[in-house]
Amino acid sequence: MSDQPLMTARGVTKIYGERIGCEAVDLDIYPGEIVAIVGESGSGKTTLLNCLSARLAPSAGSIYYRMRDGRLQDLYAMGEAERRFLMRTDWGFVHQNPADGLRMGVSAGANVGERLMAVGERHYGRIRDTALDWLERVEISTDRIDDRPNAFSGGMRQRLQIARNLVTGPRLVFMDEPTGGLDVSVQARLLDLLRGLVGELGLAAIVVTHDLAVARLLSQRIMVMKDGRVIEHGLTDRVLDDPREPYTQLLVSSILQV
Amino acid sequence: MSDPLVVSGVAKSFTMHLRGGLRLPVVDNVSVRVARGECVVLGGPSGAGKSSILKMLYGNYAVDGGEILVTHDGETVDLARASPRQVLQLRRNVIGYVSQFLRTVPRVSALDVVAEPLIARGHDAEASRQQASALLDRLNLPHALWSLPPATFSGGEQQRVNIARGFITEHPVLLLDEPTASLDAQNRRVVIAMIDEKKRAGTALLGIFHDEEVREAVADRIIDVTAFRPAREAA
Repeated sequence: MSDQPLMTARGVTKIYGERIGCEAVDLDIYPGEIVAIVGESGSGKTTLLNCLSARLAPSAGSIYYRMRDGRLQDLYAMGEAERRFLMRTDWGFVHQNPADGLRMGVSAGANVGERLMAVGERHYGRIRDTALDWLERVEISTDRIDDRPNAFSGGMRQRLQIARNLVTGPRLVFMDEPTGGLDVSVQARLLDLLRGLVGELGLAAIVVTHDLAVARLLSQRIMVMKDGRVIEHGLTDRVLDDPREPYTQLLVSSILQV
Repeated sequence: MSDPLVVSGVAKSFTMHLRGGLRLPVVDNVSVRVARGECVVLGGPSGAGKSSILKMLYGNYAVDGGEILVTHDGETVDLARASPRQVLQLRRNVIGYVSQFLRTVPRVSALDVVAEPLIARGHDAEASRQQASALLDRLNLPHALWSLPPATFSGGEQQRVNIARGFITEHPVLLLDEPTASLDAQNRRVVIAMIDEKKRAGTALLGIFHDEEVREAVADRIIDVTAFRPAREAA
């Protein structure tokens, strides 16, 4: 277990005019750990995710990221080029809607290969081999490599988006409702795949979800958000089995038992 | 040398915010010490808080107060105040737990469920699976089930997977919540033998066993948890 956090956020606040997106959020994320951010629609979890992933400048607060060389960098003080490079190589971002994270008009192989080219890989044969390998790892038949994702089912598209994100060996992956909008059986398969890959690659991940079962399966730690604030956080099984705050108790007791 | 597990003054209550803030005291002033190679059994009627005590010692329930001192490799950590990351580290290396029910994960085979704690500690995956096979064999789980996810297994089969998972590592502290509740006589005897081996290896065990035969066979001491009953509070 590494004792230096990969990312350190303090007092992250985002105000939209009169409205609070998120307020005074502190978070440390360590290499290899998965943190879930849960809460209902409008609780600020996606706003927070966007702030942490350098996609939305916070109104106040600081976010530091430990670069591969060990330097701690202020995310919003680094240059645009450096930030772009980080987002293309060291980070992944898995969108709820795969169409937001894929290029729908180019082949599956190109979707995976494109990220590799962004980190300087130029050899066509190697790019194709790596793309084939990744399609296999996300359980997409390799004979679909030349098909475009608009010919894929929702579950396949989501798996392709994951391959596209993981191919560069990122250290931190942001996921916004990665199983939202999928059929339940497809969800289970995707979750199992994610769990396996994250463990195998030792990634850190921040997963936004409104589904507590997803949080339990994937994450070690959990943050519960309400009205833009983190109202309870801790070990995932502790928070879900022994919720302390009224709102967390309400969330946990609202799960339907099968 | 300090005992691996020293619990003192631990208290637990639930506050039910959805019931107008109703406070349910569970246990108060729980004090237990478990030495190396000792098996201490929590006794007392259902609802007395035995499972809640084990859950607190595993960090699954928060505590209202008191200390849970866990000593390993000369280092003592108070689990009652440990950070989530410290608790995870303690679970990986020091405190094992066999819960009453197996929480299954879709698509993960019984064999991998059992091998996982070893692999998480950095052991070779193939060697871990071999060790898992040996345990499942010993617990008489039919070979045909090993490659299947345990979600559809019977209660007794799931429990044996759970026991194998809990016993596969050499955690110095092991918490057992009715590990033999749905086992037949033959498998109960296997579990008794496995507990004896853990004791001889120096593991500190704390468990709940409703089955009298098992309790008689494994317990060095029985602690009646009704002694930890909270005082009735004035409303």
